[in-house]
Amino acid sequence: MKVLVPIKRVVDYNVKVRVKADNSGVDLANVKMSMNPFCEIAVEEAVRLKEKGVATEIVAVTVGPAAAQEQLRTALALGADRAILVEANEELNSLAVAKLLKAVVYKEQPQLVILGKQAIDSDNNQTGQMLAALCGYAQGTFASKVEVSGDKVRVAREIDGGSQTVELSLPAIVTTDLRLNEPRYASLPNIMKAKKKPLETVTPDALGVSTASTVKTLKVEAPAARSAGIKVKSVAELVEKLKNEAKVI
Amino acid sequence: MTILVIAEHTNAALVPATLNTVAAAAKIGGDIHVLVAGQNAGDVAEAAAKIAGVSKVLVADNAAYAHQLPENVAPLVATLAQEAGGKGYSHILAAATSNGKNILPRIAAQLDVDQISEIIAVESADTFKRPIYAGNAIATVQSSAAVKVITVRSTGFDPVAAEGGSAAVEAVGGAVDAGKSAFVGEELAKSDRPELTAAKIVVSGGRGMQNGDNFKHLYALADKLGAAVGASRAAVDAGFVPNDMQVGQTGKIVAPQLYIAVGISGAIQHLAGMKDSKVIVAINKDEEAPIFQVADYGLVADLFEAVPELTSTL
Repeated sequence: MKVLVPIKRVVDYNVKVRVKADNSGVDLANVKMSMNPFCEIAVEEAVRLKEKGVATEIVAVTVGPAAAQEQLRTALALGADRAILVEANEELNSLAVAKLLKAVVYKEQPQLVILGKQAIDSDNNQTGQMLAALCGYAQGTFASKVEVSGDKVRVAREIDGGSQTVELSLPAIVTTDLRLNEPRYASLPNIMKAKKKPLETVTPDALGVSTASTVKTLKVEAPAARSAGIKVKSVAELVEKLKNEAKVI
Repeated sequence: MTILVIAEHTNAALVPATLNTVAAAAKIGGDIHVLVAGQNAGDVAEAAAKIAGVSKVLVADNAAYAHQLPENVAPLVATLAQEAGGKGYSHILAAATSNGKNILPRIAAQLDVDQISEIIAVESADTFKRPIYAGNAIATVQSSAAVKVITVRSTGFDPVAAEGGSAAVEAVGGAVDAGKSAFVGEELAKSDRPELTAAKIVVSGGRGMQNGDNFKHLYALADKLGAAVGASRAAVDAGFVPNDMQVGQTGKIVAPQLYIAVGISGAIQHLAGMKDSKVIVAINKDEEAPIFQVADYGLVADLFEAVPELTSTL
């Protein structure tokens, strides 16, 4: 079974971004970029399925600038067999990305698509669900456990009240949550080998997809700053402040 | 303009986040309809009809909707959006709960429109504010979509009154079971404490709790305060407590009157989930912990001494 893993190049999760002075966006100049953490979990899950003999081929795909080849090489070093870059230089909305991925799905015909539930830059949490709708596939979002058997996949999902399990017909879309697995680090020999694995570049035009958007960003501002308060010396002082100053207990 | 709000519910009861979503709809302005898709959800429909400002409640009561499977609910909503009065809905709103986040993008894609996620403010009928980069930036976005599909972060909107309305209730929807997915089961945490996102006081523990058993100190404090108990990602990943207790960028977003962070260092991903709380208290033995930079009251102390003392003082 073929597994498609869409990934995204984002600001590294340790970076605290700053808003540009002209409020046009956040300053990404000279900022460390990485694979979105949820996408790392998606790659890891695909690799584990291959190690179990369930998956036979793993294709990593990203929609992004030429520099996103770096993250595709990371996916190849972690165990993906080949990679596809859909080259798009402007920031696209989730619907446009989902349409591009749908074109890749139709070409590649994977049985399972595993992607991160959310990118930590735009915080949208949309692409997987949209891809499922466009392809007419079932979706198992926020997965904490994935078990493939025959033509079905059973997905345990993290939900507000606890955990829910659903069974989906393949082909299906799975989006990863934090507890699905703990991603491995790429070994040096695998990083070297990844340089020789195939990486194909295509354009949105070649896929026949329009990436027009109905949402535009008017401005980006820094959030209201929260100033540090005071240090109290004892539990008694804390209780006194909460009762008489903050009046919250 | 007519706005459709998708009710968040358990089939037995309406989830309070629905009231915050209706509040966002009221800010946009226009008629507000509420959709209750579920099974044997009569009580929910009745409760929805009483929400202040709601003019109509649509009820799709069928086994296919019992567990809110998106493969079944999305086509229902897409059909309603395209049908209603020949004009369709101008906006479709849902709470940014795990259920809303699961279903709404599927609806948006079926309608071929972009979605705007987790708005925290309504500027006008087509312009909204939403946090990006774990809340380190706030974007103002404008939509020209024919139908604006939006999830609403509850902490951005004060709930409307649960009583006072008297909306008409109407049955809708032929049953659509897409046959692609099936509900197998669920394990829901049982607790007598308030729900995390609705609680007035939240006590949260982090890696500093050391193990799950030590959370008993927080439960005792929470019970004294009538508080809910949350956790940082570190505590959940370490297996101290279940995932539904996680507060943060990708977990639950809370904004209680009082947030007590115990043994939590304060990673930006955690702050994203609680920094809109009215009053923040941090108890940590590391005085350099970043959590103190957002805390109104910081106590540098060993939590295993401070928390029991706090509990017995109250």
